[in-house]
Amino acid sequence: MAGDAATAEQIERIRAGLGLDRPIVVQFGLWMQRILSGDLGESFYFRIKVATLIGQRLEPTFALATLTILIAVVIAIPLGVIAAWRFGGWFDRALMGFSVLGFSIPVFVLAYLLIWLVSLKLGWFPVQGYRRLADGFFPFLHHLVLPAITLSVIYIALIARVTRASVLEALGEDYIRTARAKGLPELRVLVRHALANAAVPIATVIGIGVAILIGGVVVTESVYAIPGLGRLTVDAVLARDFPTIQGVILFFSFIYVLVNLLIDLSYVFLDPRIRY
Amino acid sequence: MLWRNWSVRIGGTALVLLLLISVSAPWLGTVDPTLFDAGSRDLRPGAAGDIMTLEGDLLKHTFLMGSDSFGRDVYSRVLYGTRVSLVVGIAAALLAVAFGVVLGLSAGYIRWLDGPLMRVMDGIMAIPAILIAIAVVALWRASLPTVIVAIAIPEIPRVTRLVRALVLSIREEPYVEAAVALGTPTAKIMFGHILPNTIAPLLVQGTYICAFSILLEAILSFLGVGLPPDIPTWGNIMAEGRVQFVAYPHNVFFPGIFLAVTVLAVNILGDGLRDTLDPKMAKRV
Repeated sequence: MAGDAATAEQIERIRAGLGLDRPIVVQFGLWMQRILSGDLGESFYFRIKVATLIGQRLEPTFALATLTILIAVVIAIPLGVIAAWRFGGWFDRALMGFSVLGFSIPVFVLAYLLIWLVSLKLGWFPVQGYRRLADGFFPFLHHLVLPAITLSVIYIALIARVTRASVLEALGEDYIRTARAKGLPELRVLVRHALANAAVPIATVIGIGVAILIGGVVVTESVYAIPGLGRLTVDAVLARDFPTIQGVILFFSFIYVLVNLLIDLSYVFLDPRIRY
Repeated sequence: MLWRNWSVRIGGTALVLLLLISVSAPWLGTVDPTLFDAGSRDLRPGAAGDIMTLEGDLLKHTFLMGSDSFGRDVYSRVLYGTRVSLVVGIAAALLAVAFGVVLGLSAGYIRWLDGPLMRVMDGIMAIPAILIAIAVVALWRASLPTVIVAIAIPEIPRVTRLVRALVLSIREEPYVEAAVALGTPTAKIMFGHILPNTIAPLLVQGTYICAFSILLEAILSFLGVGLPPDIPTWGNIMAEGRVQFVAYPHNVFFPGIFLAVTVLAVNILGDGLRDTLDPKMAKRV
């Protein structure tokens, strides 16, 4: 920060200016005090308020995460239901195989595989970069689809697995036999009776998966050069910009806890038997 | 009994092979992974070239997986990288399980410790694993021990919760009651009577943690916040290769394939262990 040619005196002045000359306990106390009054401090490196910095980088990360969750839910839940419906069949086995593979293939290896195949060989999507929503919806989406697909694979594996397990359990219940005996169409049995009763574990795993999603965002943004919060985290660590590191981690954890709280509350709608 | 399970066979065999590769890396046609030669930069896989040894002699060498932008042999680096990945994975899993067992036993058996301890664990679990690891590494500077600790810390709460839940059910068993009635010391009940009954689920959980740790180490290295770049790890090789990915994808793909196969092998082994050791859990997931 001071450059290579800084004198000891200059370094000391910067340390004092940043408050780094005080004992760790005092620094932590001051930080906690500011956090509680809603102040995340000022970035060592970018020289602006951490809260402002997070605000600037929020859009790409939010867009990427939302699109990923959307893709994952739309694909994973039907896959899980079909696998449970045809339990033990080829589709079920294929999905379980895919799910183990999805858990094992590192997000950045998958990212480069997709870039190589879809962007370089087929030329369908740009290799890297990000367009703001303000620059138009189509370029925005065009740059976002490949990162979102990359990130959604592990999420699909997770959600499909839990959907399959909980729908499978529901399918063994007496009310399914009753529904079928009434002569309801199979699709209605699967969706209205089996899936509806399997909704709570599925919602829970979507919430837990947000932790994986946040980890994935850090990696994906780095590979696809998306200027979001994930990139900010890595840049802050490389620059040893502690206020920013603290701020970003606090922010991500807050979002994670908030999403899981909202999901806990949504149980009331998903399962009327649950009351708080 | 374990060997009858196909997942255990496949995962176990692949893992033993990888262990053999990592141990015998010097004798598999590799050169010192830190050697570089300006004349052999960016070679395609299979190309022949020279590489200069530390003594200054030029060595004829076939670059099976090509070379990177410094002229280092990717094949040698990938093979030596196996060592780092396996060491980190196994060490982090052992560390997380060791701490988790002690904390979980304490929380499950010593009632007044339960509340405070589990709240701390909940706190750690609220932060995504990668972020904890990144923060710890940022704090301490990356070296092999700090990276292992950084990866193990976010896994400790998971083990603690598992052990605590097991202890809560095991402590109600008649044989524990009998031991208490006989005046057995608490430590002996915890480690002699309760701990042995948690081994099977712990082994399964430990295997999954090992797989995740290998993945996390590679991610940290890849992001440039993990082990220093002079240590050949799969993540480091990919981080250096990504700059030239469009022209020379082999720098990213070869370590990537090794990484994916290793994690897959450990995960498959974990699934197999779970199916054979813990039939109740197998039905649930």
